[in-house]
Amino acid sequence: MSHAVQGADAPAPAPRPGLIGPTLGLLQREVIRFVRQRSRLFSALGQPVLFWLLLGSGFGASFTPPGAPPGTGYMTWVFPGILVLVLLFTAVFSTISIIEDRQAGFLQAVLVAPVPRLAIVLGKVLGGTVLAVAQGALLLLAAPLAGIPLTPAAVGLALVAMVGAALALTSVGVCMAWRMESTQGFHMVMNLLLLPMWLLSGAFFPLEGAPSWMRLGMEMNPLTYGVAALRRALSWSTPAVLDALPPLGVSLGVTALFAAAALGTAVLLVRARPGTAP
Amino acid sequence: MTPSPPVLVDGLAHRYGSRQALAGITFQVEAGEIFGLLGPNGSGKTTLFRILSTLMPPGAGRALIFGFDVAAQPADVRRRIGVVFQSPALDGHLTVAENLRHHARLQGLGGAQRRQRVDEALAALGLAERADDAVKTLSGGLRRRVDLARGLLHDPSLLILDEPSTGLDPGARRQLWQHLDTVRGRRPLTILLTSHFMEEGDRCQRVAILDAGRLVALDTPAALRKTVGGSVVTVRGEEDGDGGEALAAAIRKRFQLETQVLDGSVRIAHPEGATLVPRLAAAFPGRLASVSVQSPTLEDVFIQRTGHGFHMASPAEAGQ
Repeated sequence: MSHAVQGADAPAPAPRPGLIGPTLGLLQREVIRFVRQRSRLFSALGQPVLFWLLLGSGFGASFTPPGAPPGTGYMTWVFPGILVLVLLFTAVFSTISIIEDRQAGFLQAVLVAPVPRLAIVLGKVLGGTVLAVAQGALLLLAAPLAGIPLTPAAVGLALVAMVGAALALTSVGVCMAWRMESTQGFHMVMNLLLLPMWLLSGAFFPLEGAPSWMRLGMEMNPLTYGVAALRRALSWSTPAVLDALPPLGVSLGVTALFAAAALGTAVLLVRARPGTAP
Repeated sequence: MTPSPPVLVDGLAHRYGSRQALAGITFQVEAGEIFGLLGPNGSGKTTLFRILSTLMPPGAGRALIFGFDVAAQPADVRRRIGVVFQSPALDGHLTVAENLRHHARLQGLGGAQRRQRVDEALAALGLAERADDAVKTLSGGLRRRVDLARGLLHDPSLLILDEPSTGLDPGARRQLWQHLDTVRGRRPLTILLTSHFMEEGDRCQRVAILDAGRLVALDTPAALRKTVGGSVVTVRGEEDGDGGEALAAAIRKRFQLETQVLDGSVRIAHPEGATLVPRLAAAFPGRLASVSVQSPTLEDVFIQRTGHGFHMASPAEAGQ
């Protein structure tokens, strides 16, 4: 054996897969799965829309957005926040399939394939992002119903903000799901961490009215800046709302940093192979 | 310059917390072999499978696939192995062809080559007619066959299968072996499979038998059976409440033979078991409920080497 030569005489190995092919393959699978599971469309889009209608109608009478012109109701003000909720639900729940895939044995076959680990993460993250932004765009079409005019600039900026937030949220979902054994644990983190993160992002109520300690927490919350960018995109014509928000550059910059950090963490997690779990 | 063997395992050990799953295992699989890794649940064969398929680095020792270290060079190993898991690694929402195309992509196959390989795999395993069926509508045996096609898509030199027969009825199990033979007939392929069905070891050219993380036997099935003796005589006494120990002691004393008590029966390895039967009957009139003589099986090998039954591993060993 001391004379053995690595790989000598063995038939030629399979080619070394690149990054793009496997990534697109994994992305495509996410989309096909989603389309074939109709219930997911309802839970990711229906629930936020229901929230929007109920909250909007309920708070409408008692809430006036800071500095907003008369006639701007809660339903209009909360609309960008509802869009982020759609992103959150779709993006995060698309990553729950990691746990299901692990339990079913599907993920193991992906892991023993010679694909770069980066492709595994990118396929998952981009898949979730495509689904989330598609659903967000669908809801965006309803913006005029909330009294928000859809100009090309508004749509363009909104899409950029949604892509950034969706990338970040899907990556967070991958980080959560990667080491998790059961979907119950996932739901718990969703309820205890991600929903509060949404509630404290300025999506549900504005920063100005909050007590100072909470306001500090909201300013530290990276999702706040995704919401701010989206609100800016959709409130183009109401300068009073815009004055209360962080500047556009800061909003987009923090959102991009959030996405990069979450994606980087996900890649590190996936590259580290488990050493102890049976 | 000798070529590196498909599998070389050297002093491999692994523990989960305080439980020693593998306690220093060494063996080698030769090119072109069908090699069986046999053992009861909890014997360490799944741990070994996970290490060899690059899912998990070993705690100690090393494992080389065609000379590449599974821990240090997983990418090189992955390009040379096909892995078929205990539960088929297929997406039930996708069709058979979609599943195969997806995995072909993960294996770096593109464009025309991908189509060709998928079509070949479908044809080779008799799946062409089911290509557009959703996987969730297939039977367990068919799913296993699709999964085998998946594992072979990229033309690996070594195929590793984890418990391929589990959950299959005898007919589907037979078919699976036929398909493995068909594949091996077409191209050089080394196969390593794990099983907790001892009789499946007889389909392998060589087997390694594991118990509690240790290698207890390594040879061809025929050679291993020969070590047990010409035959195995199993004696069951009339119920006497002590689980056969008294009868075993009496047999040992009377005939100067080694005995093992298992599940209330007394087992005796004997070169000519048939000649022992009338003598036993004469010696213990009225005390014997049944006497049988059989050629030794791999299960007998296991029992002889471990002193316990194949499916009687202690709870601590089985607790995986």
